[in-house]
This record gives sequence, structure tokens and C-alpha cells, in this order.
Amino acid sequence: MTTNAQTDVGILARQHGRWHWSEFAFWIVVLAVGLAFPSRYLIMTEILRLALFALSLDLILGYAGIVSLGHAAFFGVGAYCAGLLSVHGLINEPVLALIVAGLAATVLGFVTSFLVIRGVDLTRLMVTLGIALLMEALAERFSNITGGTDGLQGIDIQPIFGVFAFDMFGKTGFFYSLAVLFVLFLLARTIVHSPFGLSLRAIKNNPLRAAAVGIPVNKRLIAIYTVAAFYAGIAGALFTQTTALASLDVFSFERSADLVLLLVIGGSGYLYGGLIGAAVFRMLQELFQWITPQYWMFWIGLVLVVIVMVGRHRIHAYALWLPNLILRQIAGRKAAVVLTDNEAP
Amino acid sequence: MTSILTNLFDGVAYGMLLFVLACGLAVTLGLMNFVNLAHGAFAMAGGYVCAIMVNRVGWPFFAALPLAFVASAMIGALLERTLYQHLYARSHLDQVLFSIGLVFMTVATVDYIMGSSRIFIKLPDVLQGQFDIFGVGIGRYRLMIIAICGLLTVGLQLVLSKTRFGSRLRAAVDDPRAASGLGINVPQVFAFTFAFGCGLAGLGGALSAEILGLDPYFPLKFMIYFLIVVTVGGSSSITGPFLASLLLGIGDVAGKYYVPKLGPFVIYTIMIVILIWRPNGLFGRTATR
Amino acid sequence: MTYALETSGLDKHFGGLHVTRDLSLKIVPGARHALIGPNGAGKTTVINQLTGVLEPSAGRILLEGQDITDLPVHKRVLRGLSRTFQINQLYPDLTPLETIGLAVSERLGGGGNWWRRMGTRDDINAEIAETLERFRLLDVMNDRTSTLPYGKQRLLEIAVAIAAKPRVLLLDEPAAGVPEGERKDILAAVAALPRDVTVLLIEHDMDLVFSFADRISVLVSGALLVEGTPEEVARDPQVKAVYLGEAA
Repeated sequence: MTTNAQTDVGILARQHGRWHWSEFAFWIVVLAVGLAFPSRYLIMTEILRLALFALSLDLILGYAGIVSLGHAAFFGVGAYCAGLLSVHGLINEPVLALIVAGLAATVLGFVTSFLVIRGVDLTRLMVTLGIALLMEALAERFSNITGGTDGLQGIDIQPIFGVFAFDMFGKTGFFYSLAVLFVLFLLARTIVHSPFGLSLRAIKNNPLRAAAVGIPVNKRLIAIYTVAAFYAGIAGALFTQTTALASLDVFSFERSADLVLLLVIGGSGYLYGGLIGAAVFRMLQELFQWITPQYWMFWIGLVLVVIVMVGRHRIHAYALWLPNLILRQIAGRKAAVVLTDNEAP
Repeated sequence: MTSILTNLFDGVAYGMLLFVLACGLAVTLGLMNFVNLAHGAFAMAGGYVCAIMVNRVGWPFFAALPLAFVASAMIGALLERTLYQHLYARSHLDQVLFSIGLVFMTVATVDYIMGSSRIFIKLPDVLQGQFDIFGVGIGRYRLMIIAICGLLTVGLQLVLSKTRFGSRLRAAVDDPRAASGLGINVPQVFAFTFAFGCGLAGLGGALSAEILGLDPYFPLKFMIYFLIVVTVGGSSSITGPFLASLLLGIGDVAGKYYVPKLGPFVIYTIMIVILIWRPNGLFGRTATR
Repeated sequence: MTYALETSGLDKHFGGLHVTRDLSLKIVPGARHALIGPNGAGKTTVINQLTGVLEPSAGRILLEGQDITDLPVHKRVLRGLSRTFQINQLYPDLTPLETIGLAVSERLGGGGNWWRRMGTRDDINAEIAETLERFRLLDVMNDRTSTLPYGKQRLLEIAVAIAAKPRVLLLDEPAAGVPEGERKDILAAVAALPRDVTVLLIEHDMDLVFSFADRISVLVSGALLVEGTPEEVARDPQVKAVYLGEAA
């Protein structure tokens, strides 16, 4: 009896972390889309970068429940770091530069995490927002280093591993970004299905109980915030490397706000939300810019208001209605795609 | 020496303006625990209403100021009844998303109607220029701001402490549940206060066109300032936000004058330090509730 | 001798409110100790100080002879002090399996592990299974906690405290709000605790207290009124006055 129960427990506990066939399908579709539209590499690269950035926010918001309005701080540090490494020829190998840029953001994430874990939602909002504004002010102050509003001049990214040169169609950039996203996704997936990842969800659900079973709440939050900063830094560095640009707007509030929006569109707390949200968001943006080139911000705002008024959960239920119906028909079982993210009011 | 006093004077004017702009937000946050990042949009609405009336219709500046108040208050009341009131019980994340959405829509709409460049309101001659008192340069416009905002602050304080409505509002801020148990219509009190706060913001927006500059991005640019006033000042009284506004105003003016390259840096650093040190605000409650 | 749990001169103010007054408790290892008192006597405040949720204004707390007054909540748990809450404190979105799994992983030192998947350590799985079985939660182990009936949630609340393998267990009204039919499961779970675990029970239900405790402390207005065996406490005129006074 007990051994049976133990086996059951093991199977059920591992169930969450097992690869679902829909996940394989997802990545195959991503790759297929990449191969099918060679004329759209630039925008697809942008989506991948956004997806990585959103993955970073999902780790802290979807899993640990930390609301941030200043995630661009880490994106910006990664972007400038990659840019400066290239301009001054410090590290010419892009992958190495990428990692170094990510680590720079990690340091900032670790230092600021101590400020962020204190206090409630509102304080966190203000502190994260303040840190991003601070970074922007610093970048402006030291415009002799950062190039100010004009941005860094003379970024020239060398071939990856000295072999794959960045081409003008963005093919190298796309597959490079895809590879980086996939590797970091695998890492994030490992993290969230580990005991550590589960303890983050526990902290988000009930920090009081989490501490009362021996979970070092602050330490875990610091850890995941720091990891998320690394991810955001990598996203920023990818931005610089694939566009050869880095200017003050990498720190902008709109960047942080858009990020929250796209994660909300995709749904938080299951890792794919950021990826799907990035694609949907970017296409919406494209659509709005096509309708009203100058005033697309209005439509993005409207989307936000409507999402909140209708209710995020209801929208996801609508969006998942068709996929779930198909799943039920084909597989003859309960819906496989369910989102559960309840932020406490 | 005199430049210090002039800066102090400008800082006080700036701070009082910030207070009028932001005190409505203190109520929204304190009373309903609602994070309204769109507060600046109401201020901008007031500013543009005033600008249109003065520049295009030809109203005198002092007649357009009350209209700025009324217009913003009405927009506030309308939005509170139709949208905001459904979100009081939602998570802060939802409230943030909603109000950011509102800001984006406002920015684009104003940009569409009024254009993206900064606009100026034609001021009457009385308010232009400055005069010297013992060698200290006093701007007429800023003097008027101090006068108006000072009167408003005193008036607000009196309303809150002396009137029946004030005691209801304070009771509702302290403990909404107990207050409604005492027969106070909390939603009504809040709707009225919200609209009034928006009106004040509108008035502040009209007054600030000259000093802060008025363009479609106003709500985004000054969002952080309003939030600083409220979070640093605490939302349990209006004295806290008032003092915080003055500190911020004086600090910002002095910062721009003495360390022009580090101005915003200083402000944000101080804000973060204060929030870490006193999460309930510098003048907020400290006792656990 | 070394007490399992000891407080000396514990004091707590909330502004002008004096909620714990110079409280010195000594609980011997293996005791079944009950802390009782009328409503508002400050019993839960004492528990919150013992577990580190609240910081005492003065006084020390010793766990098995070691000063834990300044330790954060989670470190006290790892030193062997665990608790249940008067109002369930569970994870609504997690399953009982995950809830117990977290407590076990944390105690066995695998909680910070980010590279290993949940459910891949046999020793942890075995312990989860054993705990779930003991508390009759196996049938619902993969359901979301928020969907469980209240009685099951109450069992889970106690199970998760015990999954931390405490040396000292603080039970804050374990049977509170549980319907009559499901009470016996909970009482049985409490009675089946190993004898070497020291238990401090806070309870309103006097039947439960007198059937369970071998020693009772009576708390009134934050101060210790009487301490003794159940018989002594039952006979005590002061206690009678407090309880009859309250009942009248």
C-alpha cells in the first residue's frame, strides 16, 4: 500500500514537469514559421526578443507574484553593456558579450532585489519604477559614455563564434535569438518545475504559510529576482546585437509597461504566456500602426482597459475555448490548457 | 544669498502646485486603496480646457481656471461611475494595467486633437514678469500660485477637519467597513471625493502649463512625481502629502539649479531611500494595523 | 534541565495596548501542554511571538535551551518549531501533494534545489505518501487545495505542520470550525503524534483540553494566571471565577 502510494506520489509530482506533446508542437511551429517567412526575419526577431524579456517578467510576476513597472532597467543595462563591449572592442565574440551583459544586469538585479522584496505591491511598484527612472537619469547624465538620446555610435557586431556573420536580412539574428530564447526557456522550465520553483508559487500563494514550513521567503525572492534580471539583461543585449542600436529609450517606462501588457495578454504563470503574448502584442502593434500610424498608443491603451474591464481570466477562457474544444474532440479528455493565476486582491 | 531665497520661493510655488495636482491621488490611494496612474490625465484635461478657452475662445485666464476645475471634475465623476468603481476590489496589478491603458488612450487622443507640441496659455499682463523684494526676485505668476494653492490647502484642511463631510471622509479612510456600518455611504463619499480630486488636478493642470509645460505626454512625465508625493507623504492625512510636495518642489528646483546634471537622480534616490526606510511614507502611519 | 520550549519575561505592546505581560512559560520535553484563556487573553499573540511572526517587545524565547528570539520564522521551523494556524493558511492554487512536498523538501534540504524536478527523490516521495496516508488525504492529493472541503483543508493544515517533523508543535485551535462528523479525524491525528514531540495546544473546547493535556496554563489579559495539572486547574477558584464570569 505504502509503496504504491509512494509510486503514485512520484508519478503525480513529476507529471507537471513532463513535456506535453503540445509543447513540442509549439516549438516546431515556431521553427516552421521562422523557415516559412524569410522576408520577415526582422519582426520575428523582435518578437523573440520580446518573448525572452516577457519570460523574465513571468518568472517574477507569474511565479513569485512580484509586480514590476521597471523591468526595463535590466533590459537597458544589458543593451548598453553589449553595445559598449562592442564599441570599445572589449569582447568581440557575441555569445560571450551576451553572457557578460546578462551578468551585468544580474548584478544590478541582485543589488536592487533587497529593495524590492521589502514592502507591499505599491511600494514595489514605486521602487521598481524608481530604479528604472534612476538608470535612465544616469544614462542621460553620463551621455559621454552612453551617447545620450542619440544612442551609442559605432556598434559593430562580429560574427558569432567568428563564423556566422550578421546579415542584412536578419537571418543570423533570428536563428541566434531563437537559439538563445530556447536555451533560456529550457533553463526557466527546469527552474519552475523544481522544488525551488514550487516554493516560489507557494510564496505567491501564501507567504505566511511558506515561511511557516521553513521556506526562506526573502532569500528565494532575491534569487528569482536576480535570475529574472539576468534574463532581461540578455534580452537587452540581444536587442543591441541584432539591431546595432542602444539609446536612452531602452530604459523607458513604456517599455516596462508594454511588457506587463503583453504578459497579461498571453497569461502569466505557465511560461508560454510571455511567448504567445509577445507574438500577439507585436502583431497588434503592427495592425494599429497600419490603421493609425501616429496614434497606435490609443489602441494599445484600449486593449489594456478592455482586458481589465472584462477580466483577464474571462478573456483567457474565451481565447482557450476553441483549442480546448479541439483537444476534447481529439484526445477525448479534459482540457489540457488551463491557466491558473490568481493574484491576491 | 538672494538666489537661495529666489530658489526657495520658486520651490515652494512648485511644491504647492504639486500638492494641488496630487492630493486627489492621496485620497484615491488612501480611501479605496486604488493605484491610479492616470491621475495626471485629469490634470492634463484641465490644462487643455483652460488653454482652449483662453487662447481660442478668448476667455480671461481667471474665468477659465474654475472651468478647468469643473471640466476635470465632471470627467472624473463620469469615469468613476462608469469604470473605476468596478475595479476597487481588484488586484493592484489590474488597477495599474487599467490606469496605464487610460493614460495611453488620453495621450494619443490629446495628441490627435491638439497636436504633440507644447502649448502655452496666454497670461494676463498682471501675472507677467517679476518684482524685487529686498533684492529677492519674486515672479508674479508664482506668487499667484502660492496664493491660490495656499488658500486651497487651508480650505481643504478646514473642510476635512470641521465639516460633516470631512469627518465622514476621515472615517471612511480610517476603516471603510466600520464607516459603512455607521451608515456612511462610502461609495458616494468616494465618488464625490474622487471627482473633487480630479477637479483639483484639473485646476493644477491649468496652473502648471506655465511652469511644468503642457503637452500630451504630461500624464506620463509627471506620473512619478504624483506618486512620490503620495507614497512619500503617506495617505493617512493631507498634511503628509503637503509636506512631501513642498520637499519635492524645493528639492527639485534646488537640484536643477545647483546640480543640474544630477537633478532627477537625486529625487529618485531620495524616494527609494524613503520608501525602503518608511514603507508607509515619511508621514504615514507606522503602527501595524 | 533543558526545557523543550521556554519563555522568560515575554512582553508585547501594540501602541498603548499591553497584550503580553511578563510571560514565563516552561514546557518540558514530551509534554502535552495546553494554553487556555478567555477570548482576547492574547493566546494567538503568544504563538505569533513564539514562531517569529511578531517580535516581542521584551523577553527571550528558548527552544531546547537555545535562544531563538531573534531568528526569522523559517529558521525556527528548521530548528524544530512548527505550528498550525487558527484560520487555515494554505496555498489555494497548490495541491495537497505539493503542499506536503514543499514542507518535506525544505526540511530534507532540497527546497532550494532548482535543477532537479519535483518528485524525483524517493525519500521525499515516500515521506509525502506516508504523511498523506496518515491524514487520509491520498484520495484528494492531486486536487487544488481551494476545491477541498473544509474538513480536508483543516487536516492538511495540521499535516503540513507535522510534515516539518517538529520537536515542538504549536496547535492553534486545531478543531476550530470543523463539523462534528469530521472532528474525530483531527482529534485522532493529534492523539497519534509521537510521544517525543512536545505539543502546546491552544483551545477553546474544554473537553478536548482536559482529554488531551497533562499540564495547563491559564492566560488572562496577557498574563499567566495559573499553571498546573488539569485537576489543579479545574479546582482553582480563580480559574472558575474567570470562566464562570465569562460564561455568566
